[in-house]
Amino acid sequence: MQYHAPATVKDAVKLLAGSKGSTQILAGGTDLLVRMRSGFSEPDTIIDIKRISPMCKIARDGKGFAIGAAVSSAEMSENAALAKAWPGVVESAALIGSTQVQGRATIAGNLCNASPAADSVPAMVAAGAKAVIRGPKGKRKVAVEKICKGPGQTILKKGELIEAIVLPAKPARTGDAYLRFIPRTEMDIAVAGAGICVTLDAKGVCTAARVSLGAIAPTVLLVSRAAKALIGTRIDDEALDALAAACSAAARPIDDKRGTKEFRIHVAGVLARRAAIIARDRALGKS
Amino acid sequence: MFQIQVSTSINGDDTEFSCEADETLLDVLRDRLGMTGSKEGCGTGDCGACSVVVDGRLVCSCLMLGAEAQGREIETIEGMADGTELHPLQQKFLDHAALQCGVCTPGFLVAAKSLLERNDDPTEEEVRYWLAGNLCRCTGYDKIVRAVLDTAKDMRKPAKTKKPAAKKRVKA
Amino acid sequence: MNFQPGKDTLKRNFKTVGTRTPRPDGLDKITGRAQFGADMTAPGMLWGLILRSPHAHARIRKIDTSKAEAVNGVHAVVTAADFGPCPDGVLDVRENIMAREKALYDGHAVAAVAATSRAAAKQALKLIKVDYEVLPHVTDVDEAMKPSAPVINNKLFTKGLDKTPRKPSNVAERFEFGHGDVEAGLKQADLVIERTFKTEATHQGYIEPHACLASMGSDGKGDIWCCTQGHFMVRQVCSALLGMDASALRVTASEIGGGFGGKTTVFIEPVALALSLKSNRPVKVVMSRSEVLRASGPTSSTSIDIKIGMNKDGTITAGDATLRYQGGAFPGSAVPYGAMAAFACYDLKAVRAVGYDVIANRPKQAAYRAPGAPMAAYAVESVVDELCKELDLDPLDVRLKNASSDGSKASYGPNFDVIGLRATLEAARAHPHYKAKLGRNQGRGVACGFWFNFGGETSVSLNVSADGTIGLSVGTPDIGGSRASIGNMAAEELGVPHDKVRCIIADTASLGYNDVTDGSRVTFASGLAAINAARDAIGKMCERAAGIWGIPVEAVTWEDGAARPSSPNAGKHEPLTLADIAAQAGATGGPISGHCEINAEGAGVSFATHLVDTEVDPETGYVKVLRYTVFQDAGKAVHPSYVEGQFQGGAVQGIGWALNEEYIYGKDGTLQNAGFLDYRIPVASDLPMIDAVIVEVPNPGHPYGVRGVGETSIVPPLAAISNSVSDAAGVRMTQLPMSPPRVLKALGRI
Repeated sequence: MQYHAPATVKDAVKLLAGSKGSTQILAGGTDLLVRMRSGFSEPDTIIDIKRISPMCKIARDGKGFAIGAAVSSAEMSENAALAKAWPGVVESAALIGSTQVQGRATIAGNLCNASPAADSVPAMVAAGAKAVIRGPKGKRKVAVEKICKGPGQTILKKGELIEAIVLPAKPARTGDAYLRFIPRTEMDIAVAGAGICVTLDAKGVCTAARVSLGAIAPTVLLVSRAAKALIGTRIDDEALDALAAACSAAARPIDDKRGTKEFRIHVAGVLARRAAIIARDRALGKS
Repeated sequence: MFQIQVSTSINGDDTEFSCEADETLLDVLRDRLGMTGSKEGCGTGDCGACSVVVDGRLVCSCLMLGAEAQGREIETIEGMADGTELHPLQQKFLDHAALQCGVCTPGFLVAAKSLLERNDDPTEEEVRYWLAGNLCRCTGYDKIVRAVLDTAKDMRKPAKTKKPAAKKRVKA
Repeated sequence: MNFQPGKDTLKRNFKTVGTRTPRPDGLDKITGRAQFGADMTAPGMLWGLILRSPHAHARIRKIDTSKAEAVNGVHAVVTAADFGPCPDGVLDVRENIMAREKALYDGHAVAAVAATSRAAAKQALKLIKVDYEVLPHVTDVDEAMKPSAPVINNKLFTKGLDKTPRKPSNVAERFEFGHGDVEAGLKQADLVIERTFKTEATHQGYIEPHACLASMGSDGKGDIWCCTQGHFMVRQVCSALLGMDASALRVTASEIGGGFGGKTTVFIEPVALALSLKSNRPVKVVMSRSEVLRASGPTSSTSIDIKIGMNKDGTITAGDATLRYQGGAFPGSAVPYGAMAAFACYDLKAVRAVGYDVIANRPKQAAYRAPGAPMAAYAVESVVDELCKELDLDPLDVRLKNASSDGSKASYGPNFDVIGLRATLEAARAHPHYKAKLGRNQGRGVACGFWFNFGGETSVSLNVSADGTIGLSVGTPDIGGSRASIGNMAAEELGVPHDKVRCIIADTASLGYNDVTDGSRVTFASGLAAINAARDAIGKMCERAAGIWGIPVEAVTWEDGAARPSSPNAGKHEPLTLADIAAQAGATGGPISGHCEINAEGAGVSFATHLVDTEVDPETGYVKVLRYTVFQDAGKAVHPSYVEGQFQGGAVQGIGWALNEEYIYGKDGTLQNAGFLDYRIPVASDLPMIDAVIVEVPNPGHPYGVRGVGETSIVPPLAAISNSVSDAAGVRMTQLPMSPPRVLKALGRI
C-alpha cells in the first residue's frame, strides 16, 4: 500500500486520476481505517487530504459557508458563525461517534462513505448543501442528495474528490434541526434520522421546507411530500401529524441488527415531528 | 516492503520511526516505540482505550495512520505526569478508586485531561458525554465521573467564571 | 494456627481493614506502565493469527496449509492435527480451541500461523484453504431442543433422565432441585401466575481482549505470559493439551483488563504454545475485538417458564421453574447454577427448579459474573413483582415476608448459615429512594439476587524482610483490587501499616496451586489464607521473641505489631516489634515466613436488593435509567471503595444486559454484531450515578466476617429494570434485552 499526502488539490486530483488499483481518500479516516482493519477495504493507495490547507478551513462563501473536506466535526462545532447559521448541520456532525471520532471525522467523508445512516447527510440535505467536486475535468457542484447512489456507492468518477461542502446563505426566519434515534445515548449508528429546514414568513407561516430522512432507505431521502405537509402551515400539531405520517409513508427500511422495519417507519415520523418543532422554534428565534 | 519515514514529537520528545503505510499510530506506539500505555480494546474507535492527543485534539490512535503523525505533536498517557509529579487527574483517580482493572484508565485520563483543558467547570452531563467514547466495564463510570468532577473543582481558580456549556445533547 | 470457623471468634475492631487505602497497582495503571496481556514482548518473537470458520456448522473435509507455509516470514502453521491425544477432562477444550472434524460455530478456530510480522501472518491466513461441507445449524435454545433440530453432536445422549434416550439430541442433561409438594402448594394459592421469559446471550465485555505470549524451548520447558483469571488453570490445561509435565510449564499472569468470568478458561494460550513449539520461537497471539465476541465465551441465551402461587397476604405457597439454557456447542452451560439460584431468596415450603443444558451452534459459553443466576432471578423476580401488583401488595413487604433467613432451607438443598437478605431489604425500605416521587412515564422496580460464593484451593506465601516489611505472594489474579484487600488483611493481622505489605501475584512455579479467580472467592479465600499465613509468621516471630527473652513461647503474645510478654509473670520485657524481630532473624534461626495452603470452605452466601427508576419514551421505546441504588451484604467490606466498585460495576453490566446487549445471529448462523459498535455496552452518558449501600452481616466462615461481593451485584438488575420498565410502561415485559423496538412493540405502538 502507498500513502500520499499531497499539499494541493491539484496534486491530489493528479494522484487520484493516475493511481492504479483501488485508491481511497483519507480525510478523518474514521470509516476508512475501520474498513481496512476488518478487511473490507484493502486499498493500494491512500491519499491523505489533511495536508491541503484550503481543505482544512471553513470559509465564508458569499453569505454561506464552504467547509473544507478535511475539516473535522469538532472544528465545525467550534466555529461560532457556522454553528449560529446552521445549528442543525453542526449538531448532526457533532453526533458522529465519540469526542475522539469528532476530532477527526469530516462531513465530506461522512457523505462519501455513502451510508444511508450517515448523521450529517440528512442535515446537509435539509439545509440545501452542495458538494464541490474536483476532478481532472475541473470543478462541479452537486446537491448533496444526489451524491449517493446506494450503500457505499457515490456518483464520483475516477479521479474525482469532494473538495468542500457548501452551505447556502441562510434566508431570514429559517431554522434547521437534525435528530436521530439510537438505542444508547451515544456511540451508535442512527436507526433512523430526520433533518428538517423550514423558512417562515413574518406571520410564522411556513413558506419553504426541506425534509430529509436517514437510515430508512438505501440512500438518504429528500421527502418533498413531507415538506409539503409543512408549507403553508404554522407548523402546528395538525401539520406535524401530517409531516410524521408523510415521513413514515416515505420510509422503506430494512430489518437489521440495529432496528426493525416497523420500528424505523414509526420512529422516522416521530423524529421528523420533533425535529420540525426545533427547526420552527429556531426560525422563530426562540432558540 | 516500502516503509515510510516519519518525524514527529511524542510527549515533547523528537521521535523518528519508520512504518508500513497501513500501520496505525497505535501500532507504531505499541509495537515500534514500546509505548504500551495506549491500549487496543477494539481497533475500531469504539472504546477509547487508545486515546491520545494530536496537535491538541483528542483522537483514537487506532483510527490514525502512523504516517499521518509526520510533523505533529502527540501526547500519550506516558507523558501525562511531570516526572514524579502526577497530573491532578491521575491523583484523583487513585483517591476515588476510579479504576478497577485499569486497562481503560489511560484512555480515560487522556480524554478527561482534554476535557478539562477546554472546560474547567463541566457539569456531570458534560463529563459523561465527553467520555462516552471511553468504555469501562468494571466501574459503571460512577467513580470515574466523580474523580473528573472533583479534579475540575480543585483545579479551578476561585475567581474564574463558568464558560458557556460545551455540548449538551438532547435525546431524540 | 489456621482460623477455625465456628470456634474462633470474629475480629470486629479494625485498623486497616475497612479503610480506603491507595491500591498497590494504582500508580502503574494511571501512568500507562502496567503490563497487560498484550504488552509483553520477547526477543525473536513471532506474531500468531488464527483462522476462524465463517460457517455456523460445517464438516471440515480438508485443510491445505501448503501455500501459507510458503509465505516468507511464516515459521509455523498449526491445525487440530497438532494437538494429539489428551486426558478426557480437556477433550472439549481441545476441540474448542481448534476445530477437528467439524466447525461448530461462526468463529470456531480451524488453523493458526506464526510469522515474523502481522502482515505476513495475515497474508498466510488468506492462503489457507479449508474445504467445508456446510451443515444445517441451530442457534436458538428452543429450536435446538426440538426433535427436528439438526443434531450437533451425535454422541450426545441426554443425561439425568429416568432412562437414557437412544437417540442423540442437543439436550445434554436435565437437572432438578427443590423440595416439598409443588402441585399442592400451587393449589392452595389465591393467585397463580405463570409466564415464559426469554433472554439473549450477552458477553462479559472486558475491555482487554485475550492476549498471550508463549515460549517453548526444545528442552520441553515452556513459559506463558497471559491475561487470565487463573494461571494455574492455564498451566494445567495447556500442559495436558501439549502432553507436557505441568511443572515444565510456568505461567505468569499479567495485569488483567477485566474478566468477569470470561478469562477462566483458555482459547488462544494452547495455540500460541503449539505455534511456539513448532517454530521454536516465542509467539504472541492477541485476539481482535471481533474474535473476542465471536470466539470467546459469552453467556447462555435462555428460555424460562415460571409458575408461582401467592396468597392475598403475600405468602408464596410454591414456586416452579423450568430453565432451558443453550451453552454453545459443548455441554456445560450454567443452568445448574440458574436452577439452584432461582428461588434462593425465598424460604419456601414447596419449590422445584428443573434445568436443561442445551447445545447449539454458538461459541462455548463461559462464566459471566454469577453464571446462570441473573436470568433465573429475572424470571422469578418478574413473576413475584407481577403477583405483588395483581394483589396490590408492596414488593419489599412481600419479599420480607418470604425472605430466606438464618437457618432457612435453601431451595437448592442446604440450610443457610447467617445471611443478610433481610438486612438488605430493610435498608432498601428505609432508603429515601424507595419513597421518592415518580413522574409521568416513569416506573420503579425492585428485585433481589443471590450468589453462592466460592472458597476453593488456595496457597499464599508471606515473607518477612529484614527491614520489617512484608512480601505477600498470592496466586489468584487481581481483577478488581484484590491485592489491596488481601494486603490490608495481612497488615491488619500483623499489626503493621498497610504500605509495609506488598502483595503480588506470583507465577505458577513460585507458589502452590490456586483455583482460578472466580465465584467471588478471592477476597474471601486468598484473604483467609493471607490471614492464616500472617498467623503462621506471627507464631514464628513469637518463638523468636521467646528465644530472645528466654521465656516459653506460650508466655508471648502478639499485639499491635509486636511480641509482648502475655502477663507480668512472663517477666518484664520491652515489646519486640515485627521490625525488631525481623532485623535479628538471621541470628535467631534464619528467614521468617508464613504459609497457608487450604481448600477454603465457609465462603458465606451473599444477597442483594436493587431499586431502580426508569423512564420510558412512549413514542420511541427508549428507556432511560433515572436512579439506581444497590443494597448488598458484604459481610465485612475490607476496602469499601472496591466493594462499592463491585456493586456499581455489576449493576451497570446488568443494565446493559437488560436494555441493549445481545448476541444477534443472522439466518446463516453468523454473528451480526461482533464489535463494540453494535454489541452495545453502556456508555457513561447512558447512566446516572449508582448509589452503593454496603450492608454488613458478618460471615462466620471468615475471621473478619468477609463475604465475596463480586457477583451478586449482577443478579438483581435484569429483573429490577424489567420490573421498573413494566411499571413505567404499564405492560409486563418478558424478553431481554428490552431494546427500543421490543418496548415499542410491547406498548402496541408498532
